[in-house]
Formats: sequence, structure tokens, C-alpha cells
Amino acid sequence: MKEMILEYIKNEYIDEDEADEVALDENTPLISSGIVDSFSMVSLKRFLEKKYAISIPDEEASPEAFNTVTSIIALVNKHARK
Amino acid sequence: MESTVSGAVDYQQLRKAITWDVSKRELGYSEGAPINIAHVCIDRHVQAGRGDKVALVHENHEGELRHFTYRDLMLLTNGWAGFLRGLGIKNLDRVCLFLDRVPELYIGFMGILKIGAVVEPLFSAFGEDALHSRMEDSTAVAIITQRKHLGKVRRVRERVPSLKTVIVIDHEEDGRPLREGEVAYSMTANRLESFPVFKAYPETPSVLHYTSGTTGKPKGAMHVHGSIFAQYLTTKVVLDVKDDDIYWCTADPGWVTGTSYGIIGPWALGVTQIVVDAGFSSDRWYGTIEKHRVTVWYTAPTAIRMLMKDGLDPVKRHDHSSLRHMCSVGEPLNPEAVRWGREAFGLDYHDTFWQTETGSIMITNLPGMPIKPGSMGRPFPALEAAIVDPRSGEPITSPGRVGLIAIRPPWPSMMRTYWNNSATYYGKFLNGWYICGDQASLDQDGYFWFCGRDDDVINTGGHLVGPFEIESALLEHEAVAESAAIGKPDPVNMEVVKVFVALRPGYAPSADLELSIMNHVRKRLSPLAMPQEIAFVDKVPKTRSGKILRRVLRAQEMGLPTGDISTMDDN
Repeated sequence: MKEMILEYIKNEYIDEDEADEVALDENTPLISSGIVDSFSMVSLKRFLEKKYAISIPDEEASPEAFNTVTSIIALVNKHARK
Repeated sequence: MESTVSGAVDYQQLRKAITWDVSKRELGYSEGAPINIAHVCIDRHVQAGRGDKVALVHENHEGELRHFTYRDLMLLTNGWAGFLRGLGIKNLDRVCLFLDRVPELYIGFMGILKIGAVVEPLFSAFGEDALHSRMEDSTAVAIITQRKHLGKVRRVRERVPSLKTVIVIDHEEDGRPLREGEVAYSMTANRLESFPVFKAYPETPSVLHYTSGTTGKPKGAMHVHGSIFAQYLTTKVVLDVKDDDIYWCTADPGWVTGTSYGIIGPWALGVTQIVVDAGFSSDRWYGTIEKHRVTVWYTAPTAIRMLMKDGLDPVKRHDHSSLRHMCSVGEPLNPEAVRWGREAFGLDYHDTFWQTETGSIMITNLPGMPIKPGSMGRPFPALEAAIVDPRSGEPITSPGRVGLIAIRPPWPSMMRTYWNNSATYYGKFLNGWYICGDQASLDQDGYFWFCGRDDDVINTGGHLVGPFEIESALLEHEAVAESAAIGKPDPVNMEVVKVFVALRPGYAPSADLELSIMNHVRKRLSPLAMPQEIAFVDKVPKTRSGKILRRVLRAQEMGLPTGDISTMDDN
């Protein structure tokens, strides 16, 4: 899951010319560093819901929950178990 | 006027006391003399012995701080000016700023003005189409950017033949080769003791801000150096900024609030301002107020509603006792947000209304004025504003009757034209009034109450997005045959983009396709323009002449009557 999400973020939210230069791992801040903004979070949430066949309530899609791939995985796992 | 208003105010007295002449007098301006925004905002303070005062405290997303005094700003803007002049950039040339909220954005802005060139700020999240349409229209000669956005600039460059130079501010940190026509510039390594500031006059063009409309491409609202008379006075009177304040405007300078009140206004008054280059989180924002002892805070309803979502606990975890004045702009401030502000901070959010074209605050809640939660307030005292009949342009005085918000021209910061589009500019006037394009009504006390836009423009998160731009970008998607974009009411962002899409033969609705369309618009235009909801339809409602009937879709979306559809094409 980690690699899949990292790959998606790299492909979709980082400029193609920069993708090889940006050091991105599961603990890289996404929201606070501006890689993903609050509007784009909607498309990332949609991707996660589609990919993992889950539904993330809007109130749980907070900047904190989406700030790192680690926190995103925790959110996905929480809803995948339901 | 000795000081700004405080305590209870007599509005009629203020109308006598607050005039644009006050601004000119306090800035030491005499009619016919030159005036350059960069001189007023920077060099003037140094010459008056205030060079050691901190002008900018910059915090990056990792929390690292950098401090710049007014003397630093003078030397660094001189450096910028000398460098730009050395590149052959002349007065009135358009120079784009395509940067995150780094210090180079704020200081480069003033450097461009120092040589008499025109600043064209571009929101750093713009995609290629948004970037291209604006640069092509303005025939920009140069763009100042950073490595992370260079790819986008390179991809549009061939389609902007006027563009001679791409300036990269962080090349040294990177080391990868630049291409022909690209130059590196290290701002901090270029401090210049003196530079002859371009002798601009009040009517000399200064800033070109693009804004979206219902039809056609974005329009460039051209502003002039004389706008500072309005930005100075409104920052002082409405935002109530005083010499010892720590001021925080949360707007990005890609948009007009970020330049009029995130650069020009506070520096014209010589105060210390905070800039945070980091994404939103409640803790980060409250932490900023606490850490920097922010006293005056200018933010947006969307941000306030995002803070409200997180409740009062994060507020209580931080010390916000430094705050003494809070204002809001970008979209109507709902009554709940005003009440929540009172509960959270013990202060009122003061709503302000204005737009890219007006250049400064028009309708507002002044400090000390009784606030009616949900009202936009009253006209800035130096202005004449009214609600007018949409057909005759005659003022409507009966309380509660809806008309259009109108301002009597001229005022110092009004746009002087739409670049390359004077016909649309002249179309903004009716019966001697400038028509803002927003509907409102007056109450018996003269307060304005916002009702809605008078056109199809979408206001999302305080930013205007044109449906035509979105529909044009959608047509570039391989699966889309036709589309219509509308603003769908949203509890946080006021509106979000919803699109109705008819697919080409061979394509079927799916979650994959939905995501692909969302990401397509996000990358072509910007995250703001990305549809947050997509409805797949057989066809888009149009008139027989082919005009998209967005109002029909909006009415259906809100469960309202669709009105007259006699012109709709049934085939």
C-alpha cells in the first residue's frame, strides 16, 4: 500500500520534471509542505476510496490525517477493517 | 486624521473625516508629483530613520524563520531592480511572479516596481493552461520562478513568444543546468546600496491581476501606482493597523488580497508583517498567532470555517491574547462564523467586501461599528456606494430590495482598464456607477447584505473561477464531448466546482474516469478549478443558439424552479 500511494502522489501531485528530484517517503509532510493542498485532497481521497474500496467520511479527511503517507495508511486501514 | 477609529463610531462623522486627501497628506504627496509604490513602502521608511524596523518575518513550512528589516528590503529591492534593468527589462514591461510564498515573491514584487515595470502575479498552483492564457494575453517579457515550477514554465514557453527571460531564484541550491533564456538569481547575494527609483506617477501602471469571468479567458485588471492612496488608508482605517502591530494576512499574493493587503498596505504603513509558507492546519495557524504575537489578522471565511470544523479545543491549546482585531475577505462571512469568532477569541471578525477590479476594500465593517452578523457592513467612508437597479442603474433605497452593488468612480485603486479588453471594461459601468457584479440589498440602517453573484462565476474558497475556463479544459480530455460547470453550495468553501459531462461515444461513466477528469482539470488549471463532483449526463442544456444554460443546472442542483426555459434547445 505504501509504495502504491507514494507512486500515485509522485505521479499526480509533483511536477513531472521534478518527480525524480523530490525525496518523498512515507513521512514526508504533504499538506504542510504544500505538495498536496486542501482542494487537491479531494482527489487524493477519491483515489484512496476507489483503490481500496472504502468510504472515508468528510470529517475524517483532515489536513492532519492526510499530512503523511503513514497517516494516510492508518486512515485507510481504519476504514478497510469496517 | 490623527489615529484610526476605535470605540463607537459615528459613521456620518467618518464620511467627513476620511477622504483620499487624508491619505495623500499623510504620505506627503502633493498633486503632480511622482509617486512609486516601492518608494512609499520601503525607501521612504529608511530615509525617515526607520530602516532597522523588521518589515517581514518569514516562516517556511519547516518552521525556519527569516527576518528582513526595511533597510534589508531597500538593499534587496535595489538588487532586484539593478538585475532586472541589466536584463534589458524596461518600464511598463510585464514581469510575472510565479512563486510560492517565499521572500523573493514579496521583495521581488517591489523590485519590479522600482524599475517601473508592471508586476503580474500568478498563483503558484496554476497549471499550464492557466499560466499560458495569462502570460500570452499580457505578452509578459520575463517570469520569476523557482525550480519546482520551472517544468510548467518550460512547457508553456514556446507558446508565449514575448517571453524573453526566465529567472530562477533557487538555482544555486539545485545545480541542474539551466537552458537558453533562463538565468539564475540569488536575491540575498545581491544587495545594492542605491538605485534610482523609476519616476512613476499616480496613473502609471503598476500591477496586472488576472480575474475570471463567465465568458472568455481571464481578464487582466490593470492597476496604477496611485492605488496606494486607497490601500494605505483602508489598511489604516479598516484593518486598524498601527505602528507597533504584528500583522498577518493569510492570502497568497497570487490573488489581489495578497498584494493589496499582503504587501502594499502593511508596508505603506511601515509595520511588521508575518508570512507563513505552509499549508493549512488549525494548530499551525493558532501556533503562528501565538509564536509571533500577531495583533491584527486578515483572513478568509473558508479558512475560518475550516478552523470552526476543528472546534474550540485547538484554540484553547494556544495563547491568542495578542490578537486585537480580525478581518475577513473573499466571500460572505456567515453569521455563525462571526459568533464563533466571538466565542473562540472574544473578538468580532470584521467582514470586508471588494474585488480584484476595485483594488481596495469597498464595503466593510469598521472597527467600533456595531456588527450585524452576516452583513457586509457599510461603504468605506471615502467612497459612495449604492444598490442600483440592474436595468436603469438608479439607486434603490427601499430596504430589502435586491439590486446590484455599485461604486461611484473614480477612487484611487480602481482598475484603469482590462488589458487588451477595453470593451469589457466599459461594459462594467452603468448610469455613472461601476457595477461590481454582485447582488445585495440594503437594510434600514444602510448596511449591505450580500445575496449572490449576478453571473455564472464560481466563488470557491474566496477565489473566483470562470466556468468557461473549466469547460474549455474539460474539452481537452479525450472522453469529454461537452460539459457545463457550476458552483455547488458548500458549507466550507461557499461553493465548489461541479461539472456536468456528456461523454464521447465509446466512453462510459466510471470511478476511474471521474478521477481522471478531476486530475485533468487540476493539472491544466489549478486545484481550485478541479471539479469536486461530476455528474454524467446525456447532454448539457443549451439555448438554441448554443449558449450553456448554467442557471438551469444551478436551479436543479438547489431544488429551485428553473425559470424560463423557452429558449432551451430540446433536440
